[in-house]
Amino acid sequence: MKIHEYQAKDVFAEFGIPVTAGRVAFTPEEAETVAKELGKPVVIKAQVHIGGRGKAGGVKLAANPAEAKEKASQILGMNIKGFPVQKVLVAEQVDIRDEYYCGITVDRDERMLVLILSAAGGIDIEQVAAETPEKISKVHIDPLVGLWPNQIRRAIFESGVDVLKMAEISDIIGKLYNAFLAKDCSLLEINPLVVTKDGRVLALDAKMVTDDNGLFRNKELLKFREIGADLDEIEAFAQENHVTYVHMPPEMRGPVGIAGNGAGLVMTTLDVVARAGLKPNDFCDIGGGGNVEHTVKCIETVLKDPAVKGFFLNVFGGITRCDVVAQALLDVQDVFPKGFPVVVRLTGTNEDKAKEILEGSRYTFVPTMKEGAEKIVELINGLEASA
Amino acid sequence: MSILIDSNSRVVVQGITGGEGSFHTQKMIEYGTNVVAGVTPKKGGQMFENKVPIFNTVQDAVEATGADTSIIFVPPAFAPDAVVEAVDASVDVICCITEGVPVNDMIKVFSYVTTTDSILVGPNCPGMISVEECKLGIMPGHIFKKGPVGVISRSGTLTYEIVDQLTRAGIGQSTCIGIGGDPIIGSSFVDLLAEFEEDPATEAVVLVGEIGGSDEEQAAEFIKDMMSKPVVAFVSGRTAPKGKRMGHAGAIVSGNTGTAESKVAAFEAAGIKVPVTIEDLVAETGRAIGMK
Repeated sequence: MKIHEYQAKDVFAEFGIPVTAGRVAFTPEEAETVAKELGKPVVIKAQVHIGGRGKAGGVKLAANPAEAKEKASQILGMNIKGFPVQKVLVAEQVDIRDEYYCGITVDRDERMLVLILSAAGGIDIEQVAAETPEKISKVHIDPLVGLWPNQIRRAIFESGVDVLKMAEISDIIGKLYNAFLAKDCSLLEINPLVVTKDGRVLALDAKMVTDDNGLFRNKELLKFREIGADLDEIEAFAQENHVTYVHMPPEMRGPVGIAGNGAGLVMTTLDVVARAGLKPNDFCDIGGGGNVEHTVKCIETVLKDPAVKGFFLNVFGGITRCDVVAQALLDVQDVFPKGFPVVVRLTGTNEDKAKEILEGSRYTFVPTMKEGAEKIVELINGLEASA
Repeated sequence: MSILIDSNSRVVVQGITGGEGSFHTQKMIEYGTNVVAGVTPKKGGQMFENKVPIFNTVQDAVEATGADTSIIFVPPAFAPDAVVEAVDASVDVICCITEGVPVNDMIKVFSYVTTTDSILVGPNCPGMISVEECKLGIMPGHIFKKGPVGVISRSGTLTYEIVDQLTRAGIGQSTCIGIGGDPIIGSSFVDLLAEFEEDPATEAVVLVGEIGGSDEEQAAEFIKDMMSKPVVAFVSGRTAPKGKRMGHAGAIVSGNTGTAESKVAAFEAAGIKVPVTIEDLVAETGRAIGMK
């Protein structure tokens, strides 16, 4: 789950990591009020779950409350890469002397957490890593002993950040690690971590991504959950209904609605359909052991995009029972528009029962995934030819 | 012969009285797996289906029955603890089926497991099967057929699809292992390819990868340098978009890493065939074992 900057800064404050003063505003008037309270020049920052806000014009400076109101009204309602801006963070401006990058994330290859520190802050760390890897210091953290002060010191010496600020920066990194573990993060990042001209060390920005699997022991994070905040309308519908669904991005999206069971099989179904000649519209995993109602919800989700001109269901039943899927298909027969092609491949557990249930139905049955992909492409192309 | 498990494996089921645990214990016993014990705290002394004794702890189960292999069907909040319990009881092979285990727990558990002689497979995996000897998992047993091909995969249902087609083409399997779809898993492709290389019953290996991480790239290096047996690879997610998590927590293309292209390129650079379709994968595997 992605957490907004203003929310992540609340978490920072909870762990004693110094942040700039400020708070969230939902209207230009509120932004003006916050600027008045702060009593100094402010920065207005769009709060959206996507990177590159600054470049998109989502971050602006304001010298006084009146200007804060004006700049906030420009940012609120903006659309940044498909994400509407509904709130802004209004925070004090600071005079920056140095900008650093500081982050903790999961290193899959090493199967450990890694602390990343760099004197090159304020910009895209992936770009720094690719172009000038020597500017980045990495420390892998053994989970059985944790992160120790000497390891943090090494990162500070190696990275080229100001050693005169070692005490403050070490302290912040220690607290960042504590917060990372306590909140079950998969990424916790300060970019930039700044040293101000008056000598303060502050987190100017905060990026936090949590592991949803850890939410059971961090229920307080649920208040940050915004259904659909980083999803489109159909994906949000899917999430509300506990359907595993990914809408393909608009430029990759085609007319073939797809559902199947198991992530690997559904991904392969997309690949096979694309290879047969038409683009898939979505990825929808009906999961293992799904009941009739859930399967119906999955199908409804896929059909929500009017660009879907045909549907291919590919099920290899292991835990998933074919008769359950078949019952769902029987129940939704009327959901499919007249003449709308539906290709079904049902193999595996209780395959024979499924065949009995669906005997005489309007669906087109195929024995294999490949034939299914070819059939749905043929039927959709046929529709267009006859239209 | 087979790897990790065989007809001599003595299996303890952790979470045997739960919904998933009891259902799949039945299926494993039907397949012929030697299930010798179950564990459910506070139900020690009872019997599962009049067949399998239940113990309070894995340690008790191991001491009483000589169990050396464990399968875990406990909810995600308790699964890391269950793995550690099995490790502490010196179980040789531990298979964790549970989906949704927190990544930071797995980092810790993984690190602990590597200090011991136990082998962990999973979590979030379908398990493994040494055909006609032992099924330690949730896969449909009837699609497998004994033969010379080892299968190792990050995905469950895709494995079933591939195994089914291999079987229909007359190509049997030695051991099939699902390693799991999470970002942090116990045994990797590399760990288990080494086992297949040593297994006299395995003549060739089918490796089924997907987008996300760089396990496939590491496997390609290993195969090039360390394996004498032919490996045929498959990569799913060629049409997956960047930044979207495709069902599995581990299946996500982040930045420019973990793409299907980089995995296919790594395999091809190592001289490994990567057929685009399962039909071609099956044909290529047939050639690898000298089928006409």
